[in-house]
Amino acid sequence: MRRLFGLAALVGFALAVASFVRRGAGRRRERVDLYYDDGSMVSLPDGSPESERLLSLGRDALRAARA
Amino acid sequence: MDAAQALADLTEISSQIESAALFGEDGEVGASTFADEERAQAFARAARELLDAAAGLRSSASPNQVEIATAEGSVFVVRDDGRLIAATTTPEPTVGLVFYDLKSCLRAAAVGDEELTPKPKRRAAKKDGDDA
Repeated sequence: MRRLFGLAALVGFALAVASFVRRGAGRRRERVDLYYDDGSMVSLPDGSPESERLLSLGRDALRAARA
Repeated sequence: MDAAQALADLTEISSQIESAALFGEDGEVGASTFADEERAQAFARAARELLDAAAGLRSSASPNQVEIATAEGSVFVVRDDGRLIAATTTPEPTVGLVFYDLKSCLRAAAVGDEELTPKPKRRAAKKDGDDA
């Protein structure tokens, strides 16, 4: 019985780690980069209101293109 | 080369680019890869809104290139000399290459526009003594 609980805990832990890693990878794929005339580049921080707003507009543009 | 030909070359060169539209500052679409004009207008409008929102982030300057990367794909907008191009790509594209191809397309379309625009005829130079 104890072995069964141990196995279930191990499986649960593995699933939690996999979910965390997948969510992290998905997050990294979302990015907002702005390039200026003077050669500077600004990468908006993840989760910032500006980044979320532009990501939302970007998704709108993707939807408009693929509709 | 006209704008439509420049876009056709772009999509042939870059397998990462799914769709693209060339448009002016006023949002008027010059050419696009979309089958129907309404969709091209909607995409250009969304891209324009994106660039305007990005411009509001810095008071001193507005970006001339923007990339929005999502898990479903990326949106690129490039502005050069009053002309804009927006494109969608597959997820995780080669960013530098896409920007290079978009700028080349924008330049090719600009050259085409200049060739199509009739140049004003040069007036003959006045000969000495004409004023007299």
